Amino acid sequence: MIKFLRMKPGHGEILLTEGDRRVREEEENLVAEFRRQLDEGMWAAVPVENPGSGRREAQMVHDYSEIPPDAERVIFFPRAAGG
Amino acid sequence: MLLALLVLALMAAILAAPLVARTIAGRRSETSRRRRVPRAAPLSYDPGRERRAEQRARELLRSCVNDEEWAMYRDLGFIRVAGKHRPRGRRATDARDTGARSAGTFHNKLEGPDARNAEPPYAYLIYPHKPILAYVPATAQLLSEYCVEFPDLTGDGATRLPASDDVLAKWMALTSDENRVIGRANMHLVGRQLDPARMRRDLWRLSEWERRRGAPGSVGTRRA
Repeated sequence: MIKFLRMKPGHGEILLTEGDRRVREEEENLVAEFRRQLDEGMWAAVPVENPGSGRREAQMVHDYSEIPPDAERVIFFPRAAGG
Repeated sequence: MLLALLVLALMAAILAAPLVARTIAGRRSETSRRRRVPRAAPLSYDPGRERRAEQRARELLRSCVNDEEWAMYRDLGFIRVAGKHRPRGRRATDARDTGARSAGTFHNKLEGPDARNAEPPYAYLIYPHKPILAYVPATAQLLSEYCVEFPDLTGDGATRLPASDDVLAKWMALTSDENRVIGRANMHLVGRQLDPARMRRDLWRLSEWERRRGAPGSVGTRRA
C-alpha cells in the first residue's frame, strides 16, 4: 500500500489517496492523482534511506514510474520560489 | 385648457423626478448586489486550527528526518543539512557554486559510508519561514542566505504552510535536489533577513548541543 500525502496550509498534511500498486484499478487511480498534483504545480518527494550512508533523505520524483517500489508514501508540496 | 394640463403634467414630472431617480438607483444597486458572484470566504485565522495543523506537520517531519535532525529541531528550532558537494580547487564563498551553472568548483558528491563521518565543506541551517543559511562548519563562516518559499497558490487564500511543513519542504528539496532549490532561491549576503549575530549564536548553540549529546561523528560545527 502506498499513500499520497499533500502539505496544505491550515491543515498540515492531508491524505489524497492510497492504494495497492499491484492492483490495476488502484494503480490507475494513483497515476491519475499523481499527474493531477504535478499539473497543479506540486513537487513530489519520497522519504528514503540512503543505502550508502544509512541516513534518511528525500528523493524527488518527476514521474509516477520513478516512485521506488518499496515506497510507502509520496509527499506532495508546493514548488520552491524565491522569497 | 390643454396648455394648462400640459403645464400641470410637466410640473408633476419635475417634482417626481428625484423620487424616480432614487428608486432606479436603488434597484440598480440591488441588481448589482445579486449579480455579484459569491466567492468562497478565505480561511480566517483560527489559532486552534493552526495549532492542530502544526502538530500534524511536526509528526510528519519527525517521521521523515533522521533522529538527530528531529532532536535538533525540537531543541534548537532548526535543522542542519550537509552540503552534498565537495570543493575542488578554490575555496567556496557561495554554496550556489554547487550548481551546474557554476564554474565547477564543487563536483564530487559526498556519498557512501564515508559521508556519515566526513565533515562537509559547507552546510545549511533550515529555519521555518526564514531563509536557508549556508555556512562553513569548519570555521563557522557565514556564507549566504537563500530566500525560498513554498507558497501553495491552489488553495482558498491561505498560502503559507505550517512551520514544520515549511522545514520539511526545505529538507526534502535540499536532500533530494540541492541544485534545483538553491538555483530557485534568491541569494543574498547574510544580514538581509537573517541576523548574523543570531546566526553565530545559533551555530554556537548547535556546537554546545552536539557536545552535550556526544556526537563526535556527526557532520557539524566543531568550532562554531
